[in-house]
Amino acid sequence: MNSLHLADGTEMEPTRKGFGRGLKRAGELNANVVAACADLTDSTQISLFKEAFPGRFVEIGIAEQNLVTVGAGLAAMGKIPFVSSYAAFSPGRNWEQIRTTICLNDRPVKIVGAHAGLYTGPDGATHQVLEDIALMRVLPNMVVIVPGDSIEAEKATLAMAADPRPNYLRLARDPSAILTTADTPFEIGKAYVFHEGADVSIIATGTMTAHAMEAVKLLAKDGIQAEVVHVPTIKPLDTDTILKSARKTGAVLTIEEAQIIGGLGGAVAEVLAENAPTIMKRMGVDDQFGESGTPQQLFEKHGLMPKDIRLQVHALLDKRSHR
Amino acid sequence: MDIQHWAAIIVSRMQQTHSIEWLENKATEIRRDIIRMLEHAGSGHSAGPLGMADIMTALYFDVMKHDPKNPDWDERDILLLSNGHTVPVRYATMAHAGYFDRKELMTLRQFGSRLQGHPERLKLPGMETTSGPLGCGLSQACGMSLAMRMDKSSHRWIYVMMGDGELNEGNIWEAAMLAGKEKLNNIIGIIDRNNIQIDGPTENVMPLENLREKWESFGWHVIEINGNDIEAVIDACAMARAVTEKPIMLIAYTIPGKGVDFMEYDFHWHGTFPNHEQAKEALHQLRTLNGKIRGEHE
Repeated sequence: MNSLHLADGTEMEPTRKGFGRGLKRAGELNANVVAACADLTDSTQISLFKEAFPGRFVEIGIAEQNLVTVGAGLAAMGKIPFVSSYAAFSPGRNWEQIRTTICLNDRPVKIVGAHAGLYTGPDGATHQVLEDIALMRVLPNMVVIVPGDSIEAEKATLAMAADPRPNYLRLARDPSAILTTADTPFEIGKAYVFHEGADVSIIATGTMTAHAMEAVKLLAKDGIQAEVVHVPTIKPLDTDTILKSARKTGAVLTIEEAQIIGGLGGAVAEVLAENAPTIMKRMGVDDQFGESGTPQQLFEKHGLMPKDIRLQVHALLDKRSHR
Repeated sequence: MDIQHWAAIIVSRMQQTHSIEWLENKATEIRRDIIRMLEHAGSGHSAGPLGMADIMTALYFDVMKHDPKNPDWDERDILLLSNGHTVPVRYATMAHAGYFDRKELMTLRQFGSRLQGHPERLKLPGMETTSGPLGCGLSQACGMSLAMRMDKSSHRWIYVMMGDGELNEGNIWEAAMLAGKEKLNNIIGIIDRNNIQIDGPTENVMPLENLREKWESFGWHVIEINGNDIEAVIDACAMARAVTEKPIMLIAYTIPGKGVDFMEYDFHWHGTFPNHEQAKEALHQLRTLNGKIRGEHE
């Protein structure tokens, strides 16, 4: 387990674990749920499904182009295929196949990209894919889901099995903080206000919502009431919830462990610019590649720790007061 | 040839509803429509569609189980056109088979048409998948076959048309490995082996030979045929359906631009269309050929 950078005692688990449990449950609920994997069954946690339903699992080998196009064929016959690999390879390597045979062809394939983002740590830049959100968000018909913790990943997986559209699910390798409970609501396309505040909106996705929640405590000490909007679905984006918060606070900060170009930061900026121009700061990886290190070292380098959020909120509010 | 293959051919011939001569005439009518469509569209590919007209005629008018009035019939055989750029031949054949009115063929590649430049499933009933970017059909056939196996309903046949140039794509060989490993024996691949691709002869651009050995080494049963001989195509499909242990690949040797002498064998016609004068000459040649294609091969 990586060293805790949140309050001691926070329970942690990789989001991929939640996916593994969710897919097994989805398989129990619906016999049409099937799965395929490109030689990464254990690390993507699709192994739980494989063990439970060996007759509904296909081992594709290290062939990600085939992985998603076989998925399109399975879906053509009425199956609900979940296809997993590392996000760097799927959807990194097979984007055109996803575009043509899944999105344009409108087949409800569920693309599961594990080991995305900086939580991939020691594996280095090649595997820490930071571009997957942008790659999938630009495709018509595609739904993009970035769960905040393992419990939400489990709910998202069940929701994906019931969703008729192509979906992308982004998962992280290392344990991250568990924020939600079994009772926390999750619906595809909805954003949730995890903490109410009037001074600034911190709009976060994936594992960075936990950092935002920690930052709330730091900012409270400074007399700043921060609102945290958790956005587990990047597309379709819950523009109502985002605009409501932005209009209330008048200052928006986004955070993600992904490229801010085309990621959550880009998506929120587009919505605000068209509907409610608001001073904002995008936190994430700014047009760079990752490198080997612990997730914490990488978050420090890219300025994604709770203390960094605190500094950026102060800078944002200063900027606003000088306008 | 095994006795079971002879038996399959005999049964297949007994079940034929159209004579070979009737089918050859149909293929010529389809070629004539291809010329008209391409001339009218003012863009598109000529050589591949003309070369594949005999295979497509055999599939739609003899080999495949399908219902033009019920394109989503859940017992139908499936045809995936992986080399989507050759779709004019499929559109023309589908129109002749009764999927839609032949008049619609003249909307090819036009704004608002169901006959997109490359095939789109959501636009046209009976089009099993969206294709054009090469190398994706065989993988989708694998997924379909695996789903049928999961449902214990693998009695439907999945035909996959591929171009030979298309075999440059790595995705094809990923699918070839999987189908061989899983012994997906209801997949019948058909390679349009016309020896040309956009930049020139296939063996200059990226050598494919020995093609038979390549597929056999991936676990496939290979049958080589003259793809411009309708009877040979029908017989080969019957033999293919009698193979039980392996996926089947038909290497169908065809003449690109078949039926129009100034297009035949010329790779420049891969990706281009006839102008008015060329179309007129092509239609004239195809009229004189009408009913005589069989004679050529004898």
